Order: sequence, then structure tokens, then C-alpha cells
Amino acid sequence: MQISGAQMVIESLIAENVEVVFGYPGGAIMNVYDEIYKQNGFQHVLARHEQAAIHAAEGYSKATGRVGVAMITSGPGFTNAVTGLADAYMDSIPMVVISGQVPMSLIGTDAFQEIDAVGISRPCTKHNYLVTDAKDLPRILKEAFYIASTGRPGPVHVDIPKDVTAQIEEFVYPESIELETYKPTVKGNARQIKKAIDAIGEASRPIFYLGGGIINSNAADEVRELVNMTNIPSVETLMARGTLGADNENLISMLGMHGSYAANMSMSEADLMIAIGARFDDRVTGKLSEFAKHARIIHIDIDPASISKLVNADFPIVGDVKNVVKEMIPLAKERIDGQKYAQWRETVANFDKLHPLSYQDSDEVLKPQWVVERIGQLLGDDANITTDVGQHQMWAAQFYPFSRPRQWITSGGLGTMGFGFPAAIGVKRGCPDKVSINVTGDGSILMNIQELMTAVEYKLPVINVILNNNYLGMVRQWQTMFYDKRHSQTDLSMQPDFVMLAQSFGGLGYRVKTKEEFDAALKDAVEKNVVALIDVTVNRLENVLPMVPSGGSLFNMMLEYKDK
Amino acid sequence: MPEERRVISVIVINEASVLSRIAGLFSGRGYNIDSLTVAPIPESKYSRITIVTQGSVLVIEQIIKQLHKLIPVLKVYEHANLVEKEMALVKFPVTECLSDIAALCAAYNGKIVNVSEDFMICNVADIPQRVDNFLKAIKRFHPKEIVRSGVVAMEI
Ligand SMILES: Cc1ncc(C[n+]2csc(CCOP(=O)(O)OP(=O)(O)O)c2C)c(N)n1
Ligand SMILES: [Mg+2]
Repeated sequence: MQISGAQMVIESLIAENVEVVFGYPGGAIMNVYDEIYKQNGFQHVLARHEQAAIHAAEGYSKATGRVGVAMITSGPGFTNAVTGLADAYMDSIPMVVISGQVPMSLIGTDAFQEIDAVGISRPCTKHNYLVTDAKDLPRILKEAFYIASTGRPGPVHVDIPKDVTAQIEEFVYPESIELETYKPTVKGNARQIKKAIDAIGEASRPIFYLGGGIINSNAADEVRELVNMTNIPSVETLMARGTLGADNENLISMLGMHGSYAANMSMSEADLMIAIGARFDDRVTGKLSEFAKHARIIHIDIDPASISKLVNADFPIVGDVKNVVKEMIPLAKERIDGQKYAQWRETVANFDKLHPLSYQDSDEVLKPQWVVERIGQLLGDDANITTDVGQHQMWAAQFYPFSRPRQWITSGGLGTMGFGFPAAIGVKRGCPDKVSINVTGDGSILMNIQELMTAVEYKLPVINVILNNNYLGMVRQWQTMFYDKRHSQTDLSMQPDFVMLAQSFGGLGYRVKTKEEFDAALKDAVEKNVVALIDVTVNRLENVLPMVPSGGSLFNMMLEYKDK
Repeated sequence: MPEERRVISVIVINEASVLSRIAGLFSGRGYNIDSLTVAPIPESKYSRITIVTQGSVLVIEQIIKQLHKLIPVLKVYEHANLVEKEMALVKFPVTECLSDIAALCAAYNGKIVNVSEDFMICNVADIPQRVDNFLKAIKRFHPKEIVRSGVVAMEI
């Protein structure tokens, strides 16, 4: 079949079973958009900003486990998308992002809307391509999807000059991939696995440290089985929320900077850590030299570069988490006595009794934690939760009763304000039967507020719950605690009318100051199934607690903050 | 942590973007590359890149792991036992003592390779440390220009 490069893009996406592309057109990508107009193999969702198009594709990918696809034009279209690429890179999200480029003959001439896109995307993608000949397009797109979704997943960027999309060549979509230099290890070393099981058997205070790699690897069922069978106390990272489920007896809670006292203390007291798909982020470990310093470490990860990067692993196991854990299960059944850790479990339970994750509710003002808990009570398993970045994100992670993997979608590695709303649009597109809730802040929501239009146009009814503290709250909290209350540039007293704002885009807005009003607003928005902004006035100076101050040790938590 | 000199060989697919990917791993961490040589491996689609750098054990280990992760990278060796060679070209005014220079070059596997009206050029090829020594020794002949090739290396 002789077709143009632009048609090849369409045919390749269809061959990859892509059902939706999030994007934004422009000069250099117009040939491809012309073909999008003519086809009906997939839907194109027109975001209102390229960054949002990428976040929407990320949300779609995280909710469904499929590769997210986004399309943008050259120059400013591409540079707008860079934050999204970096976000997907940091959180290992499988994505294929296709950008237009100026024609080959103009590359390097400072042509209109020319920028060295592959030069910019190189450090924030898993791999990237500049396509110089349409003959290479089918192979490159096939490789892009393969590389994005295998090994440690990540975004792949494909930059296509305009003349290449016009070039006509024979099209055959390759059936197989030949990448001599890329062969991710998926199977764990059997001897290492045996040794690890023996180490667990010998330990008296073991702990599972569960990371986002479990979600990426679709291994939550296997991990839950292993945890339940061994009865070993477990902590989840921010990215792993939903792995075990809130009602699992072995789940202590989240660990890290805003993890629970019990989670962090247990980690500090453990004599063996089993890290699964986790990468020892500084927001998790606190002061590295004090992190789990009594523990021997088993580290299971698909990415060899993650193992012993920050903390030396005594039992490194490179492999896909799902495969490795599957192999651990029968061995664990044989060799590990689930009753053995009863005393350790009691110690952990006592930590939790001593300082449970809690907050002081109030009759006078809405507490943000209450709002999160209440969403959980009203919607629970029926909602998927995305967030922006800040205090609201931490409260959502702490207090929502997650019940399954892929229910929780947040920007962890990059911490991108503006992620939540477009991501929630992608989540809704991927999981239309769940309520898509974005727990956001009054600062973050304005960073991609234009997506109200996308959500309304495509009938993707995302409900944004704004925990409105009239502050860039997380920064304000640090200023309060560590900068003598000099609240430099964090006061957001100047606010739009969120109700009118939502209405002007064709959505619904709610102003909420009491518990009753919140219940009524959320129920109404869910029932009407519309795009909504629920502007919830919450206690202005609430702090996220407990807290490990930056660089501090996990066992030195600030449990309360007393205003001096 | 102490910094050590390291020689790393990387076998890569010979394609346009590969050098920038590799250099980016160093520059993005603020690490300098002391020398870097690239040439195709005969009768293959691969090239060999030889990198000399300084760094702590941990940093180099991480860079090597990251090098492995690059898609067009086939193999990475961090050399322990190896033969290293480097070449240098040096330009002298012809007014200097030619026989002394020729004798010195010979001691470092080199010779005079070009003489023009005003200048002569000689080359030497030796292990990097000895090239350093040679370059110190010829200072008194007022070299006008020095070009070093960077290190190539082979496992023993
Ligand atoms: C794009 C971006 N810019 C700046 C920051 C730094 N930052 C982290 S949290 C935060 C405050 C967020 O305010 P808001 O959305 O109101 O959430 P709150 O903390 O008040 O819940 C800021 C500015 C960031 N994470 N992302
Ligand atoms: Mg705020």
C-alpha cells in the first residue's frame, strides 16, 4: 500500500489499537491532522493546552494500563508539552507522544516554529526519534509503542518533519520487533529469589515496602497474596496507594515525609525490608543514612539502575515485579510461617495506637481531611481519584480509603501542579463507569483551568473538589514552620468566582462552607453527571501532619505543630 | 568520596543521536568527560566509544547503569585490565633543534611527520601517562600547538 507519512501515522495508531489521542494541531503537524479528519479508527480529544493533552494521556494510561497517546505541533506546541513528558518520565508512564517538526530542509535554520525537539526531550523521555525518512515511520512507531510499554515503562517521543508526513512510501506495519540493544530482564534470578525467601524466613521484624512499580506491572493481586500469606506488615509509597486496599490488615499506611507514624517507625525498626517496585525517593527515605538502618534489604525492580542507586541492596533481584512475586509465592508458602511475626505485628499495632493518622475535626470550619474522608464515604470504590500537588494531595493520599490499584493517580516524581484536572479527563475517558474526582487546590486548579472546555465539549464529567485555603498551602506550611511565618508570595486571597467560572464554560459550580453543603454539592454533581467545580472553603492554616522535615530521619517525626 | 580516573567503553549502534544521549548522561550530572573517542567497529553497524572521566565509585556505577539503559547501547565495559593508547601531534618552529626533537619523539614511539618552511609536526603514540611526560619534556622546544587524540583502550 503506497501512502503518505501522515497516513502511516494513522494506520500505525490503529494497528496499535489506539482508541483515543489527546492533542492540539498546528502548522508542522497539519498533514497528520488532515488524515485524522478523514478517519474514524480512533477518537481525537482536543485539549486546550498541549501540557494538558499530555497529562490527559497520562491519566488515561494510568487508569487503564494502556499506552497513552498525544499529538502536538512543533515549536511552542512541543515546548508546552515538555512538562507533561517530564512528568510521565518521572512516574514511568507508558506514552507515545508524536510532534510535528519543520521540514527537513529547514531544520537548523531557525525556521518559524523550529526548536530542537529531540534535543529537549532527550533527558525527559525513555527514548526519542527524529524521523528523517517516511520509510522508517512504521518501524519507529512500532518500536515506540514497544519501548514505552516494556521494561520500566516511560514516554517515547517521535518528532516528524512536515515533509516526511507528506512523503509517499510503501506501508507495511511490522509484526515483530528487532531491537538487539534493548532486551529488558523480566524474569528474576531463581537463586536470588530463594535467598530472599530464606532471608524473610530468618527475619524477625520484616516489612514490605511497596512502590508504584507494582501498579505499573499489574502485580497488585500477586503482591496482596504474598503479603496476606506471610502476614508481614506493609507500607505503601504515594505511588503505590491502592495496592493492598485500605481494609487490608497488613497495611500500616503510607510512609515518608507525610507518612503515618506507624509506617515510618516500623520502617525504622525493621530488620528486613522487602522493597518491591520502589525507588527510595528522598520524599520517602528522609535522611538516607538513617533510613531503615537496621534492615537488610531485598530489592525487586525491573530497572537495574534503581537497585543500589541510593541504598545498597543485600539481595538485588532484577525482573518484572509480577513475575518475581509469582515465583516467590510457592516458596513462601513452603518456607515462611505466617504466625512467626506475631510479636512484631503487635509492636506495629502499638505504634499505630500511640499516634494514629488523625486530625482534629471542627464544627466551625470545614477540615480538608474531613472532605477527603467524606468523598471516600460517599463514593469509595466508585470513584477514581486524581490530585494536583500540595497539601490537598497529601490529605487525599492519607485519608482516602483506596480499594484497588489504578484508583489513585497523582503526580509523584515531578510534583506537577496542573496535573490533576487534565489527568482526570483522561481517567474519565478510560474508565467512564467510575466517577472521576480531582482533589485539587485553589492554586493548582488555575494551572490548567482551560480544560473545563475540553471536559464540557467531550462530555467527560470530571468533578473538581477544590480544597480552598486561599493559599499555596504546602509552600505556606513550610514558610510557617521553617521561615518564621514569612508567607512570601503564597497568599491567594485574590480569587476568581469559581462558581461563575465553571458556569461560563458550561459546567456547574458549587460554593461549599459546611458539611451539609458539601454532601449536597457532591451528590448533585454526581447525579447530574456534569463537569463541576466544588469550591470548598477549608481551614486556612491547616497543616499536613505528621511530617518528617526535609532531610530529617523517619523516626523523628513532627507529630503536631504548636504555633509559637 | 574520592574521585578516580575511569575508562569506559561503550558499544553503540552507529546512529545520529547516540553521542548526545551519552554525553547528556555526564553533562546532566555536572560531570566532565576528560576524553572521548568514537569510531565505527569494522564490518558492523556498531561504533565503539571510549570515555575517560573522573568520578566517585558510586557516581560511575550509576552512570554505567544509565548507559546500559540507553536504547542504542549494546554493551558497556568499565575497564579494569586494559591496554590504553593515545596519540599526540605537536607543532614546533623549525628554528628549534630538530635532532633533539626527533630523538625525543623516537623515545615515545613517534617521529617527525611533516616539515614546512616555518614549522615541523611530529607525532607520538603511547600510554596517556607517558604522553603527559612527553608533553612536559618538549616544553623547552616552544611547541606552537598540541593536539591529543583522546584515549583508545582494549581489554587484555
Ligand atoms: C508547576 C509547579 N509550580 C510550583 C510548584 C511548587 N508548589 C508545590 S505545592 C505548591 C502549592 C500548591 O497550592 P494549592 O494548589 O493551593 O494546594 P494546597 O497546598 O494549598 O493544598 C506549590 C506552589 C509545583 N509543585 N508545581
Ligand atoms: Mg491552596
